[in-house]
Order: sequence, then C-alpha cells, then structure tokens
Amino acid sequence: MGVDQHTDWDVLIKGLWRENPVFVAVLGMCPTLAVTNTAINSLAMASATFFVLFFSSLFVSLLRKVIAKEVRITTYIVIIATFVSLVDMLLAALVPDIHKELGAFIALIVVNCLILGRQEAFAAKNKVGLALMDAIGMGLGFTIALLMIGIVREILGNGSLFDIPILGASFEPWIIMILPPGGFFTLGFLLLIFNTVAQRRARANAITS
Amino acid sequence: MMSENQQFTSPPVTPDMSPEPGPARLIATLGLAGFFAGLLLVSGFVLTKPIIEQNKAEALKAAVYQVLEGCVTFEQLIWDGKILSQGTPTGENAAPVYIGVGEGGRVLGFAITTEEPGFQDIIKAIYGYDPVLDQIIGMEILESKETPGLGDKIFKDANFKTNFDALAVSPEIISVKHGEKKNPNEIEAITGATISSKAVTRLLQKGMAAWREPIQLFFQGMKQQSLPAQDQKS
Repeated sequence: MGVDQHTDWDVLIKGLWRENPVFVAVLGMCPTLAVTNTAINSLAMASATFFVLFFSSLFVSLLRKVIAKEVRITTYIVIIATFVSLVDMLLAALVPDIHKELGAFIALIVVNCLILGRQEAFAAKNKVGLALMDAIGMGLGFTIALLMIGIVREILGNGSLFDIPILGASFEPWIIMILPPGGFFTLGFLLLIFNTVAQRRARANAITS
Repeated sequence: MMSENQQFTSPPVTPDMSPEPGPARLIATLGLAGFFAGLLLVSGFVLTKPIIEQNKAEALKAAVYQVLEGCVTFEQLIWDGKILSQGTPTGENAAPVYIGVGEGGRVLGFAITTEEPGFQDIIKAIYGYDPVLDQIIGMEILESKETPGLGDKIFKDANFKTNFDALAVSPEIISVKHGEKKNPNEIEAITGATISSKAVTRLLQKGMAAWREPIQLFFQGMKQQSLPAQDQKS
C-alpha cells in the first residue's frame, strides 16, 4: 500500500519538475511561444489544455481495453478533438474576450504533442486513477511553465501583471517581450535556469550517493 | 533515477499475444468513437449556442455605439436586393447595415458589418460610415483569430485604429506602409502584420463597394421625406 501511494504521488509530481512538459520534454512549443504574451492568456491556454488532457486521459484509460491498437491513434485524435471543440465552445460562451485573445490557438490544442504523447505513453497503458494523476501532474507542469513565461513577458513587455500596472508610469515597456521574439528569449532564459538547477541537483545527488 | 523515470514514460513492453482484431471490430471501434464524439459535440453546441449568440449580440451592440460616437439608439435595415429600407428584419432580408441615431433623432451615420479572410481565419468587423462627409468614422473588429502579438494589433493597436477616425472612401481606400500615409483615403499598415492590415483594407473596400450607393440613396430618401414635414411645420 505504502509503495502504491508513493508511486501515485510520484506520477503526479514528475510533471511539475522532473519531466516538466515544457522545460524538460520541450513539448507544446506552439502555444508556449505564441500565447504567453500576457499572464491571463497563459493561464487561459494552460487551463484549456489541462481540461483537454484530463478528459482525454480519462477516456483513453477507461477504453484502453476496448480500443484496438491498429486504430488507437485515430481514436485518440477523435477523443482529443472532441474535448478541444468543447473547450472552444465553453470559452466562447463563458469568457468571450479571452476566446478572442487566444484566436486560432485553441483549435491548435488538437495537435499539441503533449496531449497525444501522454495518451500513447501513459493513459493507454495504465489504470484510470494513475492516468488522471499523470494528466493532473503534466497539466499543472504545463500551467506553471506557461504562467512563468507569461508573467515575465507581461511585466517586462507591458509593465503590468494580470492587467494590473505594477511598474509605474515611468517604466518604458520592452515591446519586444510581447512580440514573438520575446517568447523565444524568455523560454531560452527559463530553460537555462531550469537546466542549471537540474544539473546542480544531479551533481549534488551524485556526490551524496 | 533514470530507471524510475522510465517506469512511468515507457513501461516494459510485453509481446502482444492477443489475436489480431477483424475489420468489423476496427470499424465498430471507430464508429463508436465517432458516435460518442458527435453526441458530446452536439450537446455542447446546443447548450452553448444561445449564450454565444447573446455574447455576439452584445458585442455587436457595443461595437455600434463605438463606431458611431454619440449614438443613443440604432436599428437594423432591410435589403430587398435593390434598396435599403426601415422595417422589421426577418433574417433573410436583414441587411448588415445599422442606422445610428443620436440625441434629438439626428442620424449620426451607418454601421456596416463585413468580413474578409485574414492571415489565420475570417476577420469580421464593423465600421461607421458618415454619408454626409462620405467617410469612415470608426472601425471595430468583432471576430478575429489573427496571431496574438502581431495580427491582433488590428484591434489592439491604438495607432492603427486612428486610421479609421476620418477615412475618406473616395477615391478607393488603399493600404500604405507605416509612416507613408499622405492622403485621407490611405490606411497605414501595421509593421509585421501586413496580411492582417491588408485584410482590413479589403473588407472596407468590399463593404463600401456593396453599401455606399444604397446607403446614399436611403439617406437622400430620408432627407426628402423630412423636408416636406419641415415645410408643413414652417
């Protein structure tokens, strides 16, 4: 029992840091670079992706014994596309302004390799509980990564955070940070920090062991 | 550490000894997936459609008030294929033209909805047209899926929007590079979003080509109707 609990917990937290989909696996780069120009856009895109990942994992895991392996990819795509279309309708109905901001990138969640990757690598091979833990962990890891990039870009590019001005009127916004190059700069900088910390940790662990 | 990671991402592969499924099973799997996907999507569509329609109507209402400054009420016009007229639009004969009225019943102008393919998808916009000055007096984007940070400047860039404060429609509206605007019929394009800027130019060109003349005729007719009434009063 104890071992199982440890395993479940490990499945959940691995997506946050050790196997973070953005900073380690470098998956889902299209939304990561395109819609992280503000913190609210990042949060909205990450929430939409989380929703799709969670429900896709639920159904793929539930139906893993029913879906024949010859048609599994097609079936996963149908499941994922269904939830992407649903999230698109829900955002248009509930938060039309954010739906307008995210533009075509909501529909592009269908081709986010993070989602299809988790179905093929994990949900299709594990029980529902574990598949959902994995989806929550990976979804949160993706949310954290997008939020970090969005926060940096909005503060430097607009002088605000969640549309609230925080750097005062004297601050001259770095416009480039909300433009596409700003996405690459921020991602590169955060990857550098992430990898440096990971390497130092690995080195410290090696010395300890 | 590495072996622990592999435990979750790549479980040990065991040889698949199960018999190969027949075509009927494969078709049934995909058919069922399609059926349930369709069921979920149609349910979602039916549930969200009224809310989305209401959001669009509110956005349209707000946009009309923005493109026709000082507007207190507006009315959608009817198009019979030849002339514009006032009445109750039924859907089939509803023109994408709204007459905006200000304080004292004065006609401020006409708001026209129009659309054109942009960089990503169809851009839907509404703009205000003043038939007396024969110029566009405001423009708002209703729907757009243009690239965040670039193409979406067509509705976020305040400088770009000033192009439409007093844009002459004759000679035909054209798009010029940023900083090269010399004439009142020119739109300064957004640097890095030329396709989106040109799409906005095209949608205004098309809108004006379709509705300028009918609006002028309708407006002249309104003025002629009001003149005898004023003569009677005097």
